[in-house]
Amino acid sequence: MTSPLLEVRDLVVEFPTRRGTLRALDKVSFDIAPGEVLGVVGESGAGKSMTGAAIIGLLEPPGRVAGGSILLRGERIDNLPPREMRRIRGKRIGAIFQDPLTTLNPLYTVGRQLTETMQTHLDIDAAEARRRAVGWLEAVGIPAAAERVDAYPHQFSGGMRQRVVIALALCAEPEMVVADEPTTALDVSIQAQVIALLKRLTREKGTSVMLITHDMGVIAETADRVAVMYAGRVAEIGPVRSVVKAASHPYSAGLMASIPPLSHRVEHLPQIDGAMPRLTAIPQGCAYNPRCPHVFDRCKVERPELLPANETRAACWLFDSHAPRERAHV
Amino acid sequence: MFAFILSRILQAIPVMLAVALIAFGLFSFVGDPIATMLGQEFSVQQRDALVAALGLDQPIWVQFLRFIGNALRGEFGLSYRLSRPVADLIVERAPATLELALCASVVALAVGVPMGVYTGLYRRSWLSRAFLTFSLVGVSLPTFLIGILLILVFSVWLGWLPSFGRGDTVQLGWWSTGFLTASGWKALVLPSITLGLFQLTLIMRLVRSEMLEVLRSDYVKFARARGLRDRSIHFGHALRNTLVPVITIVGLQLGSIIAFSIVTETVFQWPGMGLLFIQSVSSADIPVMAAYLLLIAAVFVLINLIVDLLYYAVDPRLRAGRGH
Amino acid sequence: MGALARFWGSDLFWSFRTTPTAIISAIVALVCIVGAVAAPVLAPYNPFDLASLNLMDAFNPPALLEEGSWAHPFGTDDQGRDVLSAIMYGARVSLLVGVSATAFALLLGVLVGLTAGYAGGAADAVLMRIADIQLTFPSILVALLVDGVARAALPRELHDQIAVYVVIVAIGISEWPKFARTVRGSALVERNKEYVLAARVIGVSPPRIMLTHVLPNVLGPLLVLATLNLGLAILSEATLSFLGVGVPPTQPSLGTLIRIGNDFLFSGEWWIAIFPGLALVAMVLSVNLLGDWLRDALNPRLR
Repeated sequence: MTSPLLEVRDLVVEFPTRRGTLRALDKVSFDIAPGEVLGVVGESGAGKSMTGAAIIGLLEPPGRVAGGSILLRGERIDNLPPREMRRIRGKRIGAIFQDPLTTLNPLYTVGRQLTETMQTHLDIDAAEARRRAVGWLEAVGIPAAAERVDAYPHQFSGGMRQRVVIALALCAEPEMVVADEPTTALDVSIQAQVIALLKRLTREKGTSVMLITHDMGVIAETADRVAVMYAGRVAEIGPVRSVVKAASHPYSAGLMASIPPLSHRVEHLPQIDGAMPRLTAIPQGCAYNPRCPHVFDRCKVERPELLPANETRAACWLFDSHAPRERAHV
Repeated sequence: MFAFILSRILQAIPVMLAVALIAFGLFSFVGDPIATMLGQEFSVQQRDALVAALGLDQPIWVQFLRFIGNALRGEFGLSYRLSRPVADLIVERAPATLELALCASVVALAVGVPMGVYTGLYRRSWLSRAFLTFSLVGVSLPTFLIGILLILVFSVWLGWLPSFGRGDTVQLGWWSTGFLTASGWKALVLPSITLGLFQLTLIMRLVRSEMLEVLRSDYVKFARARGLRDRSIHFGHALRNTLVPVITIVGLQLGSIIAFSIVTETVFQWPGMGLLFIQSVSSADIPVMAAYLLLIAAVFVLINLIVDLLYYAVDPRLRAGRGH
Repeated sequence: MGALARFWGSDLFWSFRTTPTAIISAIVALVCIVGAVAAPVLAPYNPFDLASLNLMDAFNPPALLEEGSWAHPFGTDDQGRDVLSAIMYGARVSLLVGVSATAFALLLGVLVGLTAGYAGGAADAVLMRIADIQLTFPSILVALLVDGVARAALPRELHDQIAVYVVIVAIGISEWPKFARTVRGSALVERNKEYVLAARVIGVSPPRIMLTHVLPNVLGPLLVLATLNLGLAILSEATLSFLGVGVPPTQPSLGTLIRIGNDFLFSGEWWIAIFPGLALVAMVLSVNLLGDWLRDALNPRLR
């Protein structure tokens, strides 16, 4: 097995507030291998975007990394001084945001935003940067790229703008990209095209992707592995096929069951009762225990680590081989 | 571009007409120009002759048109108080006011914008807090009191700077300038600060709140995510976007500097248009008041036009583009 | 009793108790207002009683300076008048003009705003266009103009007699558009609500609908606007009086006192101008801070 590109180890993110410190991420761990696409799913507020923001070192203050580590090719990047972290952003880890209508600066041409990014990170002159900017616009499928390079963002449609954003994220040739809900704000008809584009470009360049979304369809099509997040923790992580077809954690199983199947009509979709707890009121033990159909005593006291479960790893005491379920009742 | 300017000018016409109507109303209905011009003793023939000469026997709209025609040619009649053509008085006084307003604007912008950017970027630093407190006091301090305090400290106690007048001026054609002599520059310091301080605090607060707004925007976050340098994010991406709303308000503020100079000119006995206006208000010198009103209105219209053009230059979304 | 308890427990009062700036401003404003209103009772001397003036007392420095005495804590002016007493009497005039002018602007603005918002159409367009044009010009310029017109139109003796009212009207006219805009906006919204339609159907007269249904909805914003405008009105009055076109010298306001004191700046008697100036700043700053607080407290969403 190759060594991972990115390792997130027991990452804790906290928000000091007037009513005490909130734990937005609680010991989140996962790896991303070179060239791999890791999907991250979960309800809103589960901590998906927060994890992405922590990796690129852009947590909104007063949020801060309070524990754990983030390693890029074996080197810690979570405690770098801002100046050095800036050199990693864009250059080694790119980012794609949700809404292409607001992520591009309205006052600069797309060409200028591309050349600016490349000249910040790569040792190239203005002419070369411009040549590459046109090349990137072509690569992301903007027609008449040589002309459009001097156009302003408002002169592009939403889907075209997200293509420009993808070009911006990739233009300094990073080793990985954090894509936070890259298609959510787009028209349904364009979503598939943009995802296909992202997938093709990153495969060509061998770029790893951390794909944050709540759209299981996108994950199933695109990702190699998937991490399911719940209340600031990783509930389950494993190959995408295994998680979708045979999820081990009761939460991911519930999540998968609530996706409408394409093959046949169903009268009722199963749904998970209750709601994800607020950060102020996360229960002791497993965060999912109040909603879990398989809950037993240990779940309410002790927090489960990620344990091997069938083809995946799940944070659930059902899969504790050392302490079988029956014994937990004692 | 041309159509844009033209439409702006067309929009300004009703405003100018409304102001002209007020000025005309002052002329025609307030006070009695005939009595003022003839003095105590006059015959009926003299009176009728003057009425005919001034066109006061014609219908009111003819008089209004004539008034506008005269105004366009810069003729506002004689000052009641000084018995000299109003136009001459204003041309004489204008350079003093314009030079003062220019310096005050430079002070307000050159200090206000950096202070606003700084307080926007470093919200929590003690210097930002000090700037903000200072701006609050600046808003509550009347201009004339600022002038008096400055005079007290720098003229009376320290004796560094003059407290009144323009110093030595040099005549360049009809324009008298204080920019070419050392005493002219020294005389400009205190009045410029006095006049600029209020605008400075306004500009600072405006730039600050716009900076805070823009720094929260997605494109600034995305610029950070692309690893751009702080300098280019703050001054390229952020500041440039704050310029769009800042330009409008600052433009209007700079317009009011000329109007506010009335107070500063009184405090420093600055021989400009404001002092002329205040003297004409206290002596009910209607022609001067009317002319000053029209002039200020014209300045505001002109500044509005410049603001629109700057907008056009800064924001590409206003230029006709593809897709819209 | 019940009303008092309700007030004590209200959100507004809670916000007041927890905002130190608001408390301090309220105390300063209260001191200014009491000192001004009760000047005839509280002031150590009557500055208008010529018999009590003694030229021997002229130009006494304030108590904190070496030659000063506590008989005149802020010193005396060229006539031997006690500066503190003059300030208290002056603040009375400033406050009277400020409050009256704001009330006048409020009344005018509400009237125009309700009319424009309810009538709509041409009346609305014309009234709001006037308001827009006026808002383009600094209010002090408008006030100066109104004052100048009054001077030209009225005979001199009459003008001197009613000068205070002229100033009130001038400042009021210079500030009405802001009130009118606020009221109009809300009248436009309320006009189309169903309960207003219902009231109209059962034959309630438009003025009555306006007063009983629309007006109560804008009381909060109007209160904030009025407070912030009070500070502005006091400043406008001070500026007019400083320029020598405001209240007559027989009823000196703070602005007049500063104008008089300004002449003695160079001969070293700085206190004659500076203390009235500080009193003016204390009054305006505290009113402005209260207005800011009130705006934030009544509308938490605003920054």
